[in-house]
Amino acid sequence: MSRVTFEPLETDSMVLNFGPQHPATHGTLRIILELEGETITGSTPEIGYLHSGFEKLGEDLDYNQYITITDRMNYLSPLCNNVAYALTAEKLIGLEVSKRTEHIRVLMCELSRIADHLLNVGMLAVDLGAMTAFLYGFRVREDIYDLFEAATGTRLTTSYTLVGGLIRDLPEGFDKEVLRVLEEVDEVTDDIETLLNKNKIWLDRTKEIGVISKEDVYSYGISGPMARAAGIEWDLRLKEPYSSYEDFDFDLVIALNGDVFDRYLVRMEEIRQSIKICRQALEKMPAGEVNVDPDLGFSLPSKDEVYNSIEGLIYHFEVTMPNRGMTPPVGEAYVPTESPNGELGFYIVSDGTRTPYRVRTRPPSLINYSIFSKLAKGHMLSDVPAILGSINIIAGELDR
Amino acid sequence: MLLEKTISDVKESFPEAILDVTEFAGERSVHIKCDRILDILSFFKEAGFEFLADLTAVDNLTLGGFERFVVVYHLLSHESVERVTVKAYLPEEKPTLRSVESLWKTADWQEREVYDLYGITFESHPNMTRILNPDTFDGHPLRKDYPRRGRIERSDFPQVKRGIRKENETP
Repeated sequence: MSRVTFEPLETDSMVLNFGPQHPATHGTLRIILELEGETITGSTPEIGYLHSGFEKLGEDLDYNQYITITDRMNYLSPLCNNVAYALTAEKLIGLEVSKRTEHIRVLMCELSRIADHLLNVGMLAVDLGAMTAFLYGFRVREDIYDLFEAATGTRLTTSYTLVGGLIRDLPEGFDKEVLRVLEEVDEVTDDIETLLNKNKIWLDRTKEIGVISKEDVYSYGISGPMARAAGIEWDLRLKEPYSSYEDFDFDLVIALNGDVFDRYLVRMEEIRQSIKICRQALEKMPAGEVNVDPDLGFSLPSKDEVYNSIEGLIYHFEVTMPNRGMTPPVGEAYVPTESPNGELGFYIVSDGTRTPYRVRTRPPSLINYSIFSKLAKGHMLSDVPAILGSINIIAGELDR
Repeated sequence: MLLEKTISDVKESFPEAILDVTEFAGERSVHIKCDRILDILSFFKEAGFEFLADLTAVDNLTLGGFERFVVVYHLLSHESVERVTVKAYLPEEKPTLRSVESLWKTADWQEREVYDLYGITFESHPNMTRILNPDTFDGHPLRKDYPRRGRIERSDFPQVKRGIRKENETP
């Protein structure tokens, strides 16, 4: 019997299109992968498939109208976008909103963060074959969306904030519902962690995949859970508190390795911290108005007044008519906020008319995604969904 | 503290390049000429503003300013938790400035976006191509003289023809 010798098979490098239509991209992305066998030697992400010119559109809409556009950016947590935009416009104008408004905004932002993280972890799991975690997460996410529907009237296109306040106050009995849902979220978080944290397949698929170092965070401008998973102690809610975040007691979550598994861990722990914040927000919810004085000409009067009194109707038209309404001073403002994906900032330049001169969104998805080529290099083709899932790209925000 | 010190240091080191230092709504902006952008941003980076939070541009056509275009850099210091805005002004005739991709890799995609939407080119950028619009797109949509509708329609985009190709037909 002769000895069989093995010679490595010759392989040609191959170019593979990942997307634009691919179930693991969760949006329209395209990545041109260069493969050597199944190993990725190079990748070029191509974006722009969902480019809708939101920034150009913003130059034609007034300050309150643009809030409806912000819903469509990060469509997994639209309330965070609403709040970020309203804060920027308020800073530009120099408006101070009531404590109650700020607390409701915090509550809504944290509920969105829970929903966003649950979906992200669920999607990451389902892409790697763990269907159960996804279903568990999705069920409570549905309950959170019911809460949004009760408060804002819609599930996705919330448009809940106004410049200078909120579109309406919380409905009656809302706090009890929130507490019930939070209870369930608490349970589900534990369930998901029980399913995944010691799962051998999960660990093999996520550990040491797509490692981000501290230097990368600074070089690539990474923010949010991705930066915190790499050991950067930076959370805008704690470091540069906005909208009364300084009133709340919660912890900064970090992990040390910067791989996909750590990003998952950070997100799970952030859900727990968000639950804590939500409970505190409900506990010490201040009483008061949710709008600044309509006489200032910046916020809309309540719908009840508009429909039932002539003064309310006049005020409403004063604010919304094309040749009236709010006119901020000439200037500019940039407000960074901690959205579920990272630093979401709006940069508004005003020329003193009723529409902004320039509205720039600092999209965390775009900036976090730019590191993808570096993360994917040297990994296998099957690791691409894991890395993509852990970046949590939202195409609406990526392309705007 | 870091912010004030760095701004006065920059003023001292580059007296000819600084146009103005302003403050609005608690945000400090340093207005500069575009030719020393790389040196000034390296100076800020070494001083502690090591995080480029955002890079964008504004067309000053009707707003007025030192020049037609301005490229805006939002810098952040994690250490001292302070932010500064650096604004580099570019003339209309030759909207070109040095790329800062060598300092921050994040500038790569954001400079491409500015190029795509404003037509501002960045010297020594590794891949100066459009990022959001298709390569065949004409014009730069966020310029103030670009209309919101009418210039380019979907029917003008090149299309891939479906169906079986006949013999001797070029694709």
